[in-house]
Amino acid sequence: MKIYNAKLIIPGLLIFVVMVTFPIWYNKGSAAPPPEPSLNTPAIQRMAEKQCVLPKDQMRTDHMQLLNEWRTEVVRNGNRLYVAWDGKEYNMSLQNECMRCHSNKSEFCDTCHVYAGLKSGSQPYCWTCHIAPKENK
Amino acid sequence: MGIKFSLLSVIALMAAVFVGVKVAGLHYFFGVVVPYAALATFLVGFIYRILLWARSPVPYNITTTAGQQQSLPWVKQNKLDNPTTTAGTIGRMALEVLFFRSLFRNTKYEYHEGPKLRYQWEKWLWIFGLLFHYSFLVIFLRHLRFFTEPVPGFVHRLEGLDGMLQVGLPGIYITNLIFIAAVTFLFLRRVVIPQVRYISLPADYFPLFLLFFLGLTGILMRYFSKVDVVKVKELALGIVTFNPVVPSGIGVLFYMHFFLLCVLLAYFPFSKLMHLGGIFLSPTRNMPNDSRMRRHVNPWNYPVKVHTYEEYEDDFREKMIEAGLPVEKESK
Repeated sequence: MKIYNAKLIIPGLLIFVVMVTFPIWYNKGSAAPPPEPSLNTPAIQRMAEKQCVLPKDQMRTDHMQLLNEWRTEVVRNGNRLYVAWDGKEYNMSLQNECMRCHSNKSEFCDTCHVYAGLKSGSQPYCWTCHIAPKENK
Repeated sequence: MGIKFSLLSVIALMAAVFVGVKVAGLHYFFGVVVPYAALATFLVGFIYRILLWARSPVPYNITTTAGQQQSLPWVKQNKLDNPTTTAGTIGRMALEVLFFRSLFRNTKYEYHEGPKLRYQWEKWLWIFGLLFHYSFLVIFLRHLRFFTEPVPGFVHRLEGLDGMLQVGLPGIYITNLIFIAAVTFLFLRRVVIPQVRYISLPADYFPLFLLFFLGLTGILMRYFSKVDVVKVKELALGIVTFNPVVPSGIGVLFYMHFFLLCVLLAYFPFSKLMHLGGIFLSPTRNMPNDSRMRRHVNPWNYPVKVHTYEEYEDDFREKMIEAGLPVEKESK
């Protein structure tokens, strides 16, 4: 059957299909491997029981809100003592507590943040105030 | 009736995912099988629908003439609302597609005491339609961060702009708020205005509920009941690179969100949502008003066999002359 205005409709349709399949041809069929944040730091190596302030799964999804709560507690309420779910006590401080163990920002924080697309404009704004750790490379 | 049916359908879809993932453990089905099926339905259905429309002839030049047409040289033509040239027609289409010109012209008329018929400008549908479509576009493009690695720069710039308020954590996206507000308005408009409610069908409510819950699950997932974004991206990348993987431990909320998207994609070619492609094929908009310059031949005119008077005279000339009838030409 005849297609009217095929000269316009067929290219238009092609452009549309190319646009909606952008992720398919952009990735060229190979998925970048998911990040594996490295836990290989001297401080973590020395730990007998490798446990963060929250269980791992919760830490993966909720660490940003925990940090935000810590910020509020410390900056507004002057309270630096955090009692974790397992009764352990921590000093609420990104640079002195979190980064004491996770001293490898580029192999820990950044791997997931870059993979999940948190870059440039939407980058987590921890490091607009805090000093990023100097990593010996 | 339409509202209840549509709402219950969307809720049933989400409940199906909840049961399917939580109870039956159909992660692979909802994470891989359904998305591929939905994507295929969308692409094939969309192309089929467009080609179906492209095969329909336009019998008349039915362009709408929404302004002064081209006339005498001293009468100013409205070149965008009543174009006669290709450039003007492209301009009119651009205004329609990008800025919803015909909604902008929307007026409402109602009786007042007297009785007097009053016309008012009515821009709310235009404003919220525009807000809805553009915020949905931004949200759509923002989601490319899950489907591409490395993430293209324009996605970052868009996200930065969208999250520029830097309120809350994770930061609020302006388009999320606009999207929910606009969908709510489009729904309320159908419910509150009696005339619009009268003509609203389940096919009108269903997409609105679908989009509302699509947005709601997305917002819940980002701000309230979080899922592991890294695993979500692993799944999304697996789909678009045809190496599907289903990482364990993604929250059920994600599967709901993803399934509603799949439903939206699969439903698309069969529904009013096809106005995405259909607007480009609207003869009332995409034809120039040049019916007084060029003859529009109906493409499905049946080829009629004609026998002209000249041919008739050629056949019977001698006999006509013999009988004394007037002829136009004395001989062939």
